[in-house]
Amino acid sequence: MIFDNKIVTFTFLQFFFVIISFLGLIMSFVNSDFSNETVFNHSHTTKPLFYKISGTWGNHEGSLLLWLLVLTLFIFLFLIKSKDQTKQYRILTLLFQQIIIIGFFTFLIKTSNPFNYIFPIPNEGLGLNPILQDPALAIHPPILYLGYVGSSIIFSSTLAATTLNYISKEWAKHIKQWVLVSWIFLTIGILLGSIWAYYELGWGGFWFWDPVENVSLMPWLALTTLLHCILVLEKRLTLTSWVVVLSISTFTLSMCGTFLVRSGILNSVHTFANDPERGLFILIFLFCLIFMSLFIFFFFHKVKNKDSNSFFWLSKETSILINNWFMMYFLAVVLIGTIYPIFLEVISSEKISVGPPFYNKLIIPFLIPFLFAMAIGPKLNWIKSELENKTYLVLFLILSLLVSVFTIKNLNVNFLINTVLVTSAFYLFFITLRDFFTKKFKNLSQNIAHFGFSLLILSILFNNIFSTEIITNLKIGETYEGAEFKINFEKIEQKNEKNFKAIIGKFNIENSNGTIENLRPELRIYNQPNIVTSEADIKTNLLKDSFITMNLVQNQDYFNIRYQIKPFMIWIWFSVLLITLGGLKSLILNKRYEK
Amino acid sequence: MYGKKVKLRFFFVLLVLITLILSIFLILKSLEENVVYFQSPSEIQLLEEIEKKKIRVGGMVKNKSISIKAKEIRFIITDFKNEINVTYSGVVPNLFSEGKGVVAEGYLKDKSFFIATKILAKHDENYMPPEVKAALEEK
Repeated sequence: MIFDNKIVTFTFLQFFFVIISFLGLIMSFVNSDFSNETVFNHSHTTKPLFYKISGTWGNHEGSLLLWLLVLTLFIFLFLIKSKDQTKQYRILTLLFQQIIIIGFFTFLIKTSNPFNYIFPIPNEGLGLNPILQDPALAIHPPILYLGYVGSSIIFSSTLAATTLNYISKEWAKHIKQWVLVSWIFLTIGILLGSIWAYYELGWGGFWFWDPVENVSLMPWLALTTLLHCILVLEKRLTLTSWVVVLSISTFTLSMCGTFLVRSGILNSVHTFANDPERGLFILIFLFCLIFMSLFIFFFFHKVKNKDSNSFFWLSKETSILINNWFMMYFLAVVLIGTIYPIFLEVISSEKISVGPPFYNKLIIPFLIPFLFAMAIGPKLNWIKSELENKTYLVLFLILSLLVSVFTIKNLNVNFLINTVLVTSAFYLFFITLRDFFTKKFKNLSQNIAHFGFSLLILSILFNNIFSTEIITNLKIGETYEGAEFKINFEKIEQKNEKNFKAIIGKFNIENSNGTIENLRPELRIYNQPNIVTSEADIKTNLLKDSFITMNLVQNQDYFNIRYQIKPFMIWIWFSVLLITLGGLKSLILNKRYEK
Repeated sequence: MYGKKVKLRFFFVLLVLITLILSIFLILKSLEENVVYFQSPSEIQLLEEIEKKKIRVGGMVKNKSISIKAKEIRFIITDFKNEINVTYSGVVPNLFSEGKGVVAEGYLKDKSFFIATKILAKHDENYMPPEVKAALEEK
């Protein structure tokens, strides 16, 4: 039976009431009930039903209610799934989770009630920001939240386990499931956001090192490191301090992200309202949680099994530890790049921004040893390893070096750094590819994920190296003639939709080898709120994306045109899916072992 | 003398410390090089020398100042006290228009002439870059 005791029943009731109020809010959005302030501010009668529903979490109040919903959902699921654990541990986990729930609940009621009433009732709402009216972005928040908030259960149960000195191989096995669930959702959530930024913002990139992107990347880095530490803990019962610290930091970083985007310190599409009170509340709550967890970590955490702590230099443990340090370094870079501008503004009121060159310079060189360690690490044994029967490792190194030299040789890029980088990526690629044939199904999930990662790095590298771009201003009927392309702006057409008017441009693009492509980017003029957005037209095939956007400059007859060729775009998305698939495989496979 | 284990541990701690210091140094160093400062037209007037570094200029696009040709766009950024001429060839965000806030990134040629390499996209019509808001409030 599920409801075998009162605590589980009460937890269910808590979840049940939150979901009732969430469904209530969705109903108000669907029925366009403008007596509700949240609905009035973020909806409109002419909006399609799908975006009325997604508007529920497309605003501050609703998204916090969703956050609360996920918090209660996860603790309920945790109680059901943890029947085989001790009672004390389960109760203490529940306690820590309830502290978080109470904190967010108070926050919701005090500063951002989604059910505020307005009188007199307005006839029409203010509408949802049109760039949020998009399928990928409609499901992006719930998925990302499952990842973000999912890490709360890891946080609570790790604190409980530390307090009770409960950390063991069995515990690691049990908590691994939760780490995997939250990691999978977080990865997909980031992917969706990235795909959206690619086609909706019209810049043709997929990652801008924007602070809002960084705050989702930081928990991801911590969570990925945690996942690897849990694997070590499960097998060898070492690295316990790593596990505890990483569990704490993952959730803290998720909270930090919420604080930064909600407080209005960072400006982006996620900043729904600039309300200092909200920021302050989250900040205080965040400090309480950090203080509490550090207290528990320092006073209750005991390192056990001294003897199994020792391992030799050449072992799986060492390689995982090395990669942990690299991950922490990447995390530190992103963290400093994100918060340093805020910090500087507070202390010296100087306004600065940190751009992609900073991250590229600090992260790319360190990717090289990171990739090599990723390729070789899984080949080593636990505790102690010999370098016998490992000649193929050298052979593959030579192979990948040759392949990358041939690829890079004729290109107009920095030869040395690119060759080494591509070599390391190809190295991981070949080694993991080989494992699919030699190791069969042993460690398949790790293999899929690492293979996906090598594919991701390769696609990103080639995407950067081979991208071309033409930016020009054209009047209707004009043709741009460049060395490689001829862009003919044939005509524009108008179309009226329910909540926007569209101006569709017709472009014929002639390649140097004579093939002609037709692309039709759009400008959309939304009626409520009155905003112009441009919709890129993208033609995707396995090798490249052709990407075109147009913008109209006010009161002028010139259109601002941007045409880009982006190679291997689809492989970037695909490889992230592969990485996720690796996690999913591990999750499902473990479930089967349990039965 | 110390045992082998202690020596090893000492060596390990040393290694960790060195890496830590090195990486912090590296991060701060490249932060210094890659940071982009934000300035308003008035602040630019007060500059003593023109630096070659990339900066951001923010303010309002002056009314009737946009002119567009095949290769470039020219406009004037004003904070209602001082103004600066901007030339730009690149993608213009949708919300770029006269009388609205704008942030341009690029290089100063002299105190009244700015070559932009990027105009930052805004996400909604009511949005005003905080830097611009502060610059406008200062007057």
